[in-house]
Amino acid sequence: MMTEFLPKGLQLPIVATLADKQQESPGIYTLHLALETNSSFDFAFGQFNMLYLFGLGEVPISIMGWQQDLLLHTIRAVGRVTQPLVALDIGAQLGLRGPFGQGWPLHQLEGQDLVFITAGLGCAPVVAAINYAVENRSKYGRIVILQGVKHHNDLLWQPQYERWRDLGDCQVLLAASEEKKRKYHWRLGMVTELLALAQFDANYCAVLMCGPEIMMLAALKQLAKHQVHDKSVYLSLERNFQCGHGSCGHCQLGPYFVCKDGPVFHYPQIKSWFGLAGV
Amino acid sequence: MDKGFLPRQQFPELYQALRKAGYEVIGPTVKDGAIVFSPLAGFEQLPLGWQEQVSPGRYQLEQTAGQRCFYWNTGPQALKPWLFKPEQHLWQAEQTTEGLCFRQTPEQAQPRAFIGLRGCDLAALKIHDQHFLNGLFPDPYYQTQRQQLFIIAVNCARSASTCFCVSTGDGPAATFGFDILLDELETGFLVASGSDQGEVIVQQLPLAKAKTKQLSEAKQQLQAATYQQRTMPDEQQLLKLVNRLDHPQWQDVAERCLACGNCTLVCPTCFCSKQESHSDVKGQQAEQVRLWDSCFSEQHSYIVGKVFRPEISQRYRQWLTHKLATWQQQFERSGCVGCGRCISWCPVGIDLVEEAQALLKDEVDDD
Repeated sequence: MMTEFLPKGLQLPIVATLADKQQESPGIYTLHLALETNSSFDFAFGQFNMLYLFGLGEVPISIMGWQQDLLLHTIRAVGRVTQPLVALDIGAQLGLRGPFGQGWPLHQLEGQDLVFITAGLGCAPVVAAINYAVENRSKYGRIVILQGVKHHNDLLWQPQYERWRDLGDCQVLLAASEEKKRKYHWRLGMVTELLALAQFDANYCAVLMCGPEIMMLAALKQLAKHQVHDKSVYLSLERNFQCGHGSCGHCQLGPYFVCKDGPVFHYPQIKSWFGLAGV
Repeated sequence: MDKGFLPRQQFPELYQALRKAGYEVIGPTVKDGAIVFSPLAGFEQLPLGWQEQVSPGRYQLEQTAGQRCFYWNTGPQALKPWLFKPEQHLWQAEQTTEGLCFRQTPEQAQPRAFIGLRGCDLAALKIHDQHFLNGLFPDPYYQTQRQQLFIIAVNCARSASTCFCVSTGDGPAATFGFDILLDELETGFLVASGSDQGEVIVQQLPLAKAKTKQLSEAKQQLQAATYQQRTMPDEQQLLKLVNRLDHPQWQDVAERCLACGNCTLVCPTCFCSKQESHSDVKGQQAEQVRLWDSCFSEQHSYIVGKVFRPEISQRYRQWLTHKLATWQQQFERSGCVGCGRCISWCPVGIDLVEEAQALLKDEVDDD
């Protein structure tokens, strides 16, 4: 996938310049980055980069997309690095190492119904895969998009969801868990409750999930009830990534280095480890 | 492998040959009450007559009237800090008028000859080579040091009470990965080369033909070193640890464990690290630094908003199940080489082998 992009064992970042910045919701921004490199930046949806802010350090951020020669990263400003990162002015520079890890196996999933289940900012690693599926609509069966947030205002990329809703054979179901009153097109409750309304072929589908693990565990139970086989499920995990390529040891889940073997896993691969307390 | 005999009084000629060949000689010496690998100004700095007395939570050196330099087994560290450094400067960032620049921190290495490494040390080196050199991206910092390495191994003539390398298959003989191999006898050393560059050095030594009696003496003392008090369960048994994640023994050990991380620091195969960014006061230069880390630290599993292993029992479980079981899936062997360092350097004397045996008790009894 990536050839001679970062020499010397991927230790040295390349320079990225902030070309544009969009606020998506309170505290969440999409950075548009121009990369200073002569090589192409090949990546798979679901992979991540390590973004470096001068003097502060690195954070792992999943790749949201690639648009007009710019790399898109959607970031929630919550930490020591991410807060100043999203506060950067246009023209500011940062460092970037990557891409790292395994993405969604979209090519393997052609012909099947695609069910996307996300919650919160979990949609960031998945939204690029949704966009790809939408752009290559004829390659897939039905597309079902289930997204949960606390309040409907937390939903990122609202116009996109509207656009996806209008596509043929594309079902968009949204849930707000802490909303007092139901809004049009919205349901009150958890994203997992939306599965009862989803229309897809349980025998010929792929489920792509990302979000808090407690949500994914609940979704897995619901999926089993809907006769969806484990082998149809892919999920993206989050762990402490420091090196990005399985060297530093922080992101281990049983025998796996999540940064290298994941963050997107085929569920049967990690089933015996996933969701265990303290693992 | 032909072995020649180097009389003890001529042993310094090995040092001279190594120096003449351009090597900095690193070897064991007594420092701060322990055997520590340091640059040697001469072989007189080797731990002549020193032995260690070890037990769980205890490491004590004692001076004897003996003439041997290698009649000890381990110190707290051997090769690990020389190749995988406790503090490694990775790269520098600079804010210039042209913008942000990144520079690789130059890595200097000089040819180094290490004397006194044991079978367990070489097994650990092989594991680290696999991790740092054969992974997705070879680690250039480790690689630079590794390429300049000349290894003089020593077969163990005795075992410490915490050694269990026989059961892990990594000792007490050094069987691979060395340039020169020594057996230390009372009167001198049996010397064999294990590589072309080792042979170049061996050729310069005033070796006599080893006598049958000397070869027999070496064999006997190596045999004596195989009598060890501890036996780690075999790798097939250890794989079963992952079926024991709810065993009450984890809580039992957590009540004793201080989560200090000593075991991970002295372990020759532990490779966890963290990264920090250091910057100057003017805010113009910054440096990315890699530091040793330990899975016993609460921060080890931290991401924003969550610590995946908040309990000590979970962190001890992570260490032991990784080292002994899931390591096998990652590296096709256990991460334990039987050196026993984690036992003697644990301040509260937790015994890795005992813990593994307790966790697998039913499994072992079943077989």
